Amino acid sequence: MNPGSRMPESSAPSSPTPGTNPTPAGAAEPTTAARTVLGEADIARALTRIAHEIVERNKGAADLLLLGIPTRGVQLAHRLAERLAQIEPSFGGEYGTLDVTMYRDDLRRQPTRAVGQTVLPGSLDGTIDDKVVVLVDDVLFSGRTIRAALDALNDLGRPRVVQLAALVDRGHRELPIRADYVGKNLPTSRSERVRVRLSDVDGGADSVVISGVTP
Amino acid sequence: MKHLLTTQGLSKDDAILLLDTSAQMAATQSRENKKLPTLRGRTVVNLFYEDSTRTRISFETAAKRLSADVINFSAKGSSVSKGESLKDTALTLHAMGADAVVVRHSASGAAHQLAHAGWLDAGVLNAGDGMHQHPTQALLDAFTIRRHLVGNVGEDGRGTDTSAGADLAGVRVAIVGDVLHSRVARSNVYLLHTLGAEVTLVSPPTLVPVGVETWPCRVSYHLDETLEQWQPDAVMMLRVQRERMSGGAGGAFFPSPMEYSRKFGFDARRLAVLPDHAIVLHPGPMNRGLEISAAAADHPRSVIVEQVANGVAVRMAALYLLLAGTDERNAL
Amino acid sequence: MSTPSTTAYVLRGVRPYGTDPVDVVLADGVVAAIGAPGTVEVPGGATEIPASGQVLLPGLVDLHTHLREPGREDAETVFSGTRAAAAGGFTAVHAMANTTPTQDTAGVVEQVYRLGQEAGWVDVHPVGAVTVGLGGERLAELGAMADSAARVRVFSDDGKCVHDPVLMRRALEYVKAFDGIVAQHAQEPRLTEGAQMNEGIVSAQIGLTGWPAVAEESIIARDVLLAEHVGSRLHVCHLSTAGSVEIIRWAKGRGINVTAEVTPHHLVLTDELARDYDPVFKVNPPLRTAKDVEAVREGLADGTIDIVATDHAPHPVEDKDCEWASAAFGMTGLETALSVVQQTMVDTGRMTWADVARVLSENPARIGRIDGGQGRAIAVGEPANLTLVDPDATRAIDGRSQVTASDNTPFAGMELPGRVVATFLRGRATVLDGAVVESTGTGSVTLEGAAR
Repeated sequence: MNPGSRMPESSAPSSPTPGTNPTPAGAAEPTTAARTVLGEADIARALTRIAHEIVERNKGAADLLLLGIPTRGVQLAHRLAERLAQIEPSFGGEYGTLDVTMYRDDLRRQPTRAVGQTVLPGSLDGTIDDKVVVLVDDVLFSGRTIRAALDALNDLGRPRVVQLAALVDRGHRELPIRADYVGKNLPTSRSERVRVRLSDVDGGADSVVISGVTP
Repeated sequence: MKHLLTTQGLSKDDAILLLDTSAQMAATQSRENKKLPTLRGRTVVNLFYEDSTRTRISFETAAKRLSADVINFSAKGSSVSKGESLKDTALTLHAMGADAVVVRHSASGAAHQLAHAGWLDAGVLNAGDGMHQHPTQALLDAFTIRRHLVGNVGEDGRGTDTSAGADLAGVRVAIVGDVLHSRVARSNVYLLHTLGAEVTLVSPPTLVPVGVETWPCRVSYHLDETLEQWQPDAVMMLRVQRERMSGGAGGAFFPSPMEYSRKFGFDARRLAVLPDHAIVLHPGPMNRGLEISAAAADHPRSVIVEQVANGVAVRMAALYLLLAGTDERNAL
Repeated sequence: MSTPSTTAYVLRGVRPYGTDPVDVVLADGVVAAIGAPGTVEVPGGATEIPASGQVLLPGLVDLHTHLREPGREDAETVFSGTRAAAAGGFTAVHAMANTTPTQDTAGVVEQVYRLGQEAGWVDVHPVGAVTVGLGGERLAELGAMADSAARVRVFSDDGKCVHDPVLMRRALEYVKAFDGIVAQHAQEPRLTEGAQMNEGIVSAQIGLTGWPAVAEESIIARDVLLAEHVGSRLHVCHLSTAGSVEIIRWAKGRGINVTAEVTPHHLVLTDELARDYDPVFKVNPPLRTAKDVEAVREGLADGTIDIVATDHAPHPVEDKDCEWASAAFGMTGLETALSVVQQTMVDTGRMTWADVARVLSENPARIGRIDGGQGRAIAVGEPANLTLVDPDATRAIDGRSQVTASDNTPFAGMELPGRVVATFLRGRATVLDGAVVESTGTGSVTLEGAAR
């Protein structure tokens, strides 16, 4: 089962904001060739660095809970958990999944989205109270997904602190949200598309690809 | 999905999406905070022309758990006979800006008309129309069957449901009782068939509709033979309406309640004939001692209470899929 | 009173019964001349009607019309219904008895008769109820209605079945005295309690209470045997099933004096139309299956079924714009009947226009024992009750633009072939150029004269 399989690309513009209309429909914007901005080794290095930063910032991995946001955030959380387990043997390598679909603010602007699964590591006994939660997502863009994630967390319990890790921060925030851990800051124009490809989700080699407007 | 009116014609993909979404909804219902913000600002009207406290409460709970505003519109007795009221009520609901209407009506086709007569542009969810359909009942039955027979949740129903994405291929379901007047039977025959299950209707010949031959199921007049030889994985007992038992000369569909109970009632003896994994369902409310004995109803393999809980999750899923997306939705 | 002031008409190049073109002159209320194009003598001042390619039929006669007045003037009145009849090519209709009050006394049938005369669109022949108030319990005063100014010859409890076999026998026997006929609405009441539509595959799926074919067939079988036993005439209204056709065929083969009718809608529509629960398709007897449609077409073509009758049943919007179970039974038919017969029987090659004249004019006039020059041959000296049809035209049917006061046509949105161009009632045009000619009430005089 891949609960997020019906989710659109998480890097797609989540909600066109009135006034800052990114691409008027039918605008003749030239489509630039896709270019790879991060390769497999870059991604691996970035994740290792983020893992170290998490341990450093939180002075260890006690009470740490990684929650990936479907689809690719879950795989990234899985990889971060593996790295954390190597750095901090006390960390069990567990991670969870946080589906935010039912908390989104753009449901009525999109075709109906399938609801994904929220899974907490079995060791938690269903509570996230007093945990140090690190949300993991692939691309940080408008911030609306993270806003939804914060609401979703709220319904699960009361963490001690919530932090955010993103593989790519492409800017254009629409909410006062920032990432605590960033793999790469990537200046983009709104009309560009950033795609994270992970071998265990998409097949092929890991990469982050930036391309022009997709017609 | 603009409306949910019938299970006949529901695609397998949509059926599985409904069941999978129900599973996710069910997962949120074990939390301390059961309420989701998903349908905030949307208005769901429960339009009930027939008494059904159970169904109405189930839909009301589902809508409220998704933060929708719920308006209960009990139109019972307000002139089904005069007819005009359904249209006028629809126009009223339209003027009030209802986003979805959950309708229960004694007239077959009332939900279809509400959706298609041009009186109203809200999504319509059929909560039972006459002898026609009751799609969320069938979905909750299928969901319950899938959890137990495919998802391995265990006898107590508390295990992790591993059936996401799965259909009901090869599952054998016997539906027993008054098929003729039953919207539950009609809804289940089509949905279970779409999901790959095999269905046998078991009923006295007087309670099988003329024209049943096109339904995707088998028909038997003998409960014991079906249980022993066909070995169903699930047995669904239908409620026998009291008014079917008498009704004056020629009005009764069987000679006596005792004879019905002897030939078509489900009890511990008949339960013992079933395979160990088999489950027993009933849409409620039950006539204990008529179509089902207390021993069978309260047996560990009876999932009747769980059906009620699953009803909320299934109705949450249906409301979500009807209301959450853009307004350009496709009719089911 | 004054003599009818009818204009003379000459129909140029018209084809009587669809045969070779001729010119037909109508003058002084009769067919004055028929001859090869250009050869007939035309009276001065005659109105020329170019009718090349058009078909001339004897004026249509409906044995089964619901005019609703008195009682349900919100659905139809004698005036509006007969105006619709003229628009549909009819020159006579039989007004069914289920009015309020019921047409079960001489007073009520005479009222309807006079309303028809005053309207002047067609001859109105009231049908008398068989039982008091259609109650099925005791015979209405059949003799008084027969002797009344309305000269009733057709008796029917239509809408309800005369289900008591003794009562039916008595009615069949009693009307022999004045050459009357009982037109039975064949519906066994116990087998159709709460019934909503044909019992079969569709009813099983969509959950509407079924109306078994046997409920119709069992009554027809009983009645033909009763008619044989007492030596009476029996007419079977709107038969709808293949089994009914078989029984009538058998009865006629045995020499039983039975006639049968089919409605236009049963010639073309099926129970599949109920799937969307649009009550415009709710009708009594119900729409049946494609197999039944084929059987009634065959029965009509081979003469087993004698006539097509509309069972024109107008209803106000509120009786149809509601749940199926609450909706009224019935559909309008006067303005579409000829087109449906053309589409299903003529255009398919199963009947000629002469056959159409037989089933829509000659036979119903004979069964109803009406005069006034109805149902007669198109011949010099005959009363000019005529219908001019353009078989090559097509029309999109729209309930609201029909002449009848009600909108409940099942053919709305469909294209049907054929158009009534003109209707003549004893030489007076009630319809010209496809539009009704607003009446000045002169028709009453001629009808009164003719009916005596």
